[in-house]
Amino acid sequence: MKVQQLSIFLENRAGRLAEVTELLGKAEINIRALSLADTSDFGILRVVVNKPEKAVRILEENGFTVAGTEVLVVEIDDKPGGLARVLKILNARDINVEYMYAFMEKLTDRALLIFRIEDMEGAIELLRDKGIKILTKKEVSSI
Amino acid sequence: MIWNEQIEYLPPEKMERLQSERLRKLVKYVLNNSIFYRNLFKEAGISARDIKHISDLKKLPFTRKADLRDNYPFQMFCVPLREVVEIHASSGTTGNPTVVAYTKNDIKLWSEVMARTLAIAGATPDDIVQNAYGYGLFTGGLGVHYGALELGASVIPMSSGGTKRQLKIMRDFKSTVLTCTPSYALFMAEEAREMDINPRESSLRIGVLGAEPWSDGLRREIEAAWGMTALDVYGLSEIIGPGVAQECPEKTGLHIYSDVFFPEVIDPETGEPVEEGEDGELVITTLTKEAIPLIRYRIGDIVNINYERCSCGRTLPRISKIKGRTDDMLIIRGINVFPSQIESVLLEVEGAQPHYLLVVDRVKGLDTLEIQVEVGEEVFSDEIRKLQQLSEKIKKEIESVLALSVEVKLVEPKTIERSMGKAKRVIDKRKK
Repeated sequence: MKVQQLSIFLENRAGRLAEVTELLGKAEINIRALSLADTSDFGILRVVVNKPEKAVRILEENGFTVAGTEVLVVEIDDKPGGLARVLKILNARDINVEYMYAFMEKLTDRALLIFRIEDMEGAIELLRDKGIKILTKKEVSSI
Repeated sequence: MIWNEQIEYLPPEKMERLQSERLRKLVKYVLNNSIFYRNLFKEAGISARDIKHISDLKKLPFTRKADLRDNYPFQMFCVPLREVVEIHASSGTTGNPTVVAYTKNDIKLWSEVMARTLAIAGATPDDIVQNAYGYGLFTGGLGVHYGALELGASVIPMSSGGTKRQLKIMRDFKSTVLTCTPSYALFMAEEAREMDINPRESSLRIGVLGAEPWSDGLRREIEAAWGMTALDVYGLSEIIGPGVAQECPEKTGLHIYSDVFFPEVIDPETGEPVEEGEDGELVITTLTKEAIPLIRYRIGDIVNINYERCSCGRTLPRISKIKGRTDDMLIIRGINVFPSQIESVLLEVEGAQPHYLLVVDRVKGLDTLEIQVEVGEEVFSDEIRKLQQLSEKIKKEIESVLALSVEVKLVEPKTIERSMGKAKRVIDKRKK
């Protein structure tokens, strides 16, 4: 159920993001989802890729600090209120979302969202009970 | 004005006799009163009989900063604590500060050498001295204060900072002498202009500036900004504080008070004296101090020395401006900073060997210190908040160790250049 997300430390300077994406592109690694959190000095690039082990190796070889974090990829209805419904379910159980961002591509007519949640196991159980689809590793890498 | 004509004009033969006599007394004094020196001399196989003339000084072993640290806090004292009237401390290189202490006679000596200092710069009892060196554990403020009192000038104990107030007092009280670090003198001039005050219209005529190395280029800038003569004062807490040497208006070196602070310039590698005029490490022996006399104290500043009589008439030898250090010590806003101090904070916070770079710069005349810390896997977090907390924690810890405000910037690994396996730790952009 859990998918490996890579977090990469980046200094806030011109061209840095381009360098990471180029590096991954050359190694034929496909970025499935991406988000960038930043401050005035530095940022954290979070990506879900099709070949995470290879991506880690290449980034580390090139001197980047990389950490793997487990996230959930959740399918929601791509219509008004779709996200609100999922958040409401988590909220009702006091399950805290640390951050979330959207997938670039779509498998079906539904949207894919990435959730980083403190209580991963609790969230998985809860969402499954409510009939919300969580993608497996295999499903994600086949996107 | 000459404060102590007899000493400052003393012919070299007479000076040598005075120094020899004082050295003989000093050696007996430390053998009687200092466990540290008794042991040091015993190890070196030296007895009081071996030291007859000032030229015998070179038989004695060196004293190093580490000795002061190892004897923290009071083991270097040659007098009981009840005879000590003032204690200062400077930030230490690894944990313990360096302690300096004064007896009543030491304070008299400090007042005397600082009165000489102000007089050599051209100050008289008619002057109003605006003292913008920090008062407190730092010796700058009180040293100038005692000297101004001894000279009979009017001293305004401003201490450092509070620039707007400094400028108002300067204008209203018509200060004629400014004592502070050279970078602060320049900063004040810029602040004055921002407040629409023309610094050239101030009553300042002399700046006695020091506690950090500065160039002739900076001197010209300060002199042009204020329309005053800017002269270099040299000193360090371990010897006395400010008042070890002072530049006269001839601007051809700093007169060192060799009757009380005997200078040698040595090759830092071999410990042997270098030729007159050649660069080497300054070593000082305090000939008359009581609380913590120091014998052949290795200062680490690179200077050269000139024994020729100055065109101002003084026979006191002249040392050059500081040309560098034998170690990696930095002087930032008058505060001594060793990279090892920062390294030990980082080691503690990160729990791993840190990679860091110190970037020293001068912005609007004031020194800045930016500490770039590489974010390795040990400290990296997926959460922005945690990284910000880390950066904030490093900043606070370093500021409390150095007593200096700093900026901390998290950078990517391998950003910091590594040469031959050893990282370059400091970029000093202030240099010319």
